[in-house]
Amino acid sequence: MPEMAVRELTFAHAVREALAEEMRRDSRVCIFGEDVAEAGTPFKVLSGLVEEFGRERVLDTPISEAGFTGMGVGAAMTGLRPVVDIMFGDFLTLTMDQLVNQAAKVHYMSGGTWKVPMVLRTTLGATRRSAAQHSQSLHAWLSHVPGLKVAMPSTPYDAKGLLKTAIRDDNPVVFFEDKMMYKLKGPVPEQEYTIPFGVADMKREGEDITIVATSSMVQVALGAAECLEKIGVSAEVIDPRTTWPLDEKTLVESAKKTSRAIVVDEGYGRYGVTGEIASVIAEGAFYSLDAPVKRMGAMHVPIPFSPPLEDVTVPTEQTVFEAARAMCGKG
Amino acid sequence: MSIATDQARVIEGVKAEQWVRIYRRMVMIRQFEEQVNELYTRALMPGLAHLYMGEEAVAVGICEALRQTDYITSTHRGHGHCLAKGASPDRMFAELLGKEAGYCRGKGGSMHIADPATGNLGANAIVGGSAGIATGAALSSKRLGTGQVTVCFFGEGALGQGVLYEVMNLAALWKLPVIYVCENNLYNEYTHYSETTAGDMLARGAAFGVHAESVDGQDVRVVYATAERLVERARRGEGPALLVCNTYRYHGHHVGDINREYYRSKQEEQEWKTKRDPIKNFAEWMIQQKISDAAALEQMQKEVRAEMKAAVEFAIAAPYPKPEEAEQDVYA
Ligand SMILES: Cc1ncc(C[n+]2csc(CCOP(=O)(O)OP(=O)(O)O)c2C)c(N)n1
Ligand SMILES: [Mg+2]
Repeated sequence: MPEMAVRELTFAHAVREALAEEMRRDSRVCIFGEDVAEAGTPFKVLSGLVEEFGRERVLDTPISEAGFTGMGVGAAMTGLRPVVDIMFGDFLTLTMDQLVNQAAKVHYMSGGTWKVPMVLRTTLGATRRSAAQHSQSLHAWLSHVPGLKVAMPSTPYDAKGLLKTAIRDDNPVVFFEDKMMYKLKGPVPEQEYTIPFGVADMKREGEDITIVATSSMVQVALGAAECLEKIGVSAEVIDPRTTWPLDEKTLVESAKKTSRAIVVDEGYGRYGVTGEIASVIAEGAFYSLDAPVKRMGAMHVPIPFSPPLEDVTVPTEQTVFEAARAMCGKG
Repeated sequence: MSIATDQARVIEGVKAEQWVRIYRRMVMIRQFEEQVNELYTRALMPGLAHLYMGEEAVAVGICEALRQTDYITSTHRGHGHCLAKGASPDRMFAELLGKEAGYCRGKGGSMHIADPATGNLGANAIVGGSAGIATGAALSSKRLGTGQVTVCFFGEGALGQGVLYEVMNLAALWKLPVIYVCENNLYNEYTHYSETTAGDMLARGAAFGVHAESVDGQDVRVVYATAERLVERARRGEGPALLVCNTYRYHGHHVGDINREYYRSKQEEQEWKTKRDPIKNFAEWMIQQKISDAAALEQMQKEVRAEMKAAVEFAIAAPYPKPEEAEQDVYA
């Protein structure tokens, strides 16, 4: 790789930059959603885009998630490349028919003739004190559906590279951004780059235990890994980056090397992403494992509002650290 | 303030003490919200809140026409609805602070106050999310013959949600006792409603044969008189209604929405606050009608302020739920 100029950008800025670059590159790319134009979304992720690209390409919609997501599907089939904005991941419920019965199936049902090059950007994550209808992490639902791809960036660098790939993909991609991460800063090269789907990223190399973490949980896992190092446990942190396609090979190889694995994801554990990844590891690395694969996800409750309750519902550096320590026999 | 004759008739029948109660309720909501804003500014409140200031006449006028057993569903901007239906400020503040003494034991917070004792089926943070619940409650009342009426409060932004039209159609078909109260405060978050709402709002109800009308939501007398008529109509089994109340929110979409000149001017805000304030104008009318006098109203403001302060103190001092509570009440 040639030497690249690197800046520190926030996660929100990296998302915005990916959109702006793709919109400059390809006039078919457009954005629709609630308060995406002048308001630039409540999280100010899209600020400035309407000024550059105009209201023809950055469209404020009514509060009609089912309607405009469906329009995204139709527009994608017929020559545009829409990026649909669903303000909170919780509102995915309203778009489910359009995503699951329409977007995901059009290509297959038409015998490979129609394509749906659409991206749906939305959020996940708790601990903003937003209560049960604004705090969910529902990416497992979409990862379950053949025909959809699901990206889960965990750093500004990944957000930019994965979003550019999502926009260029000819399939419907659901792109999850952790709300708590929008202000997180990280290095982003000035030069053009994309990140392929289905290729996991080793966020930290280690020997004793593998921690597979997605999206919001990657920082948590890295924090836990630092604490583990202090007690002499070397943790490897693997970020799958996309839950579908899933880089099974990297996950299995890491677990084979370390012989222990914990999977951490902010969605619910039951019937969820952690279960899927844990079984991939159990199947692929069975003979190398010294312990059953452990899953850590959100507590099986609607996310409560009250801070002391909300704080115990999601994995933290501390709980991941303790689980890993116990697993490595250091507790 | 001028009003139509049928409304004037209802208004003539209202006793002085009822007007005073109406005034007090509006003042209570205003001061409750002032305290909320202060709690937020002092970083004492977790999360955000959507203030109801400016829209008091809608909640109070409508709920004044309801019985305690009648149902309401509310929205993310719901403090006013809950208080107007009879919720007590101390348990409301406790909920806003996530305390165990709150209406939902701290699990719901600002956007999810619910209270069976006052017929409050719950505030909802999904725009349009309660339309089905409200209409289903009306179905129960009809089926069980209880005579209850349900009011579904929602902002004009919810007119974008398809579910609203599905249930309006059903309510009309089955003549259900439900009133859809649309609070048109001109904005869906940061976007003027004219950019999101095509055609005529009332025609949307009328198309299903739902009785539809609009009122000045800043005039509590008119809101009340109209609600009284629509509630009675629904109670008699004459079916659903859509009532659009034209109103205005004084603060940002939520407490953190401070710089809002990119979507609405300070001048516009100023005009609504000075010329169309529901509390000020109503007070002037009461004084003019000799229902009350300036000193008495001033005194009432003071009392309510003291009451709200005490309620806040109660909530601040109240304990948080224990972490184990997180796993309680997932299933009945
Ligand atoms: C289904 C859904 N989409 C989007 C949102 C985000 N949101 C919260 S309030 C709001 C605007 C609501 O406007 P309106 O219904 O007019 O109520 P107001 O805030 O003006 O009282 C939006 C878009 C949501 N809560 N639910
Ligand atoms: Mg509104």
